[in-house]
Amino acid sequence: MSLTKADMIVQLYDKLGLNKRKAKELVEMFFEEICAALEIGEQVKLSGFGNFELRDKVERPGRNPKTGQKIIIAARRVVTFRPGQKLRSEVDSHVKR
Amino acid sequence: MGAFKDMTKSNLIEILSAKQPLLNDRDVELAVRQIIKQISESLSIGMRIEIRDFGSFTLHHRPPRVGRNPKSGESVHLDEKFVPYFKPGKGLRDRVNHAARLLK
Repeated sequence: MSLTKADMIVQLYDKLGLNKRKAKELVEMFFEEICAALEIGEQVKLSGFGNFELRDKVERPGRNPKTGQKIIIAARRVVTFRPGQKLRSEVDSHVKR
Repeated sequence: MGAFKDMTKSNLIEILSAKQPLLNDRDVELAVRQIIKQISESLSIGMRIEIRDFGSFTLHHRPPRVGRNPKSGESVHLDEKFVPYFKPGKGLRDRVNHAARLLK
């Protein structure tokens, strides 16, 4: 069982009384705008939740783990998520019980 | 890392409000908070979150270990714990990496 966009749409409809079309648009746009910001090189900081950060990785030599062949891993930009203190402690206290 | 600009939660709310002129700003703000709250609560009960092309949130287990108080140098026992983990989806990975290449 995992949480999906469909579950979020139902919540916006149930809890905020938004109509289903608007709820769907908002959920889609929420994720789209986060992606769009990261795409243009902006890090996304959602206080209380966490930060989506960008890292530029330099080119480095690597190996294909299956064939053992040497390859060059190209320079690339990656997204990492750093959870905020509030999210960390919420997760930790709930899961421990 | 200082080379990147930031988008905050309030910037995100402003952008969504501008794109949703038929909704009032308060509803957009409540919706953003609700989505974030639902993700946090789901993770807290160990439920995975999966958003296609964006990515997935799961919990990673950290086994108990002996750590040190950096000030006193004393050994302390640290319990096992669970930490939130985000794995970017293919869509997001490709968009970010592709854009970065074009900018060079």
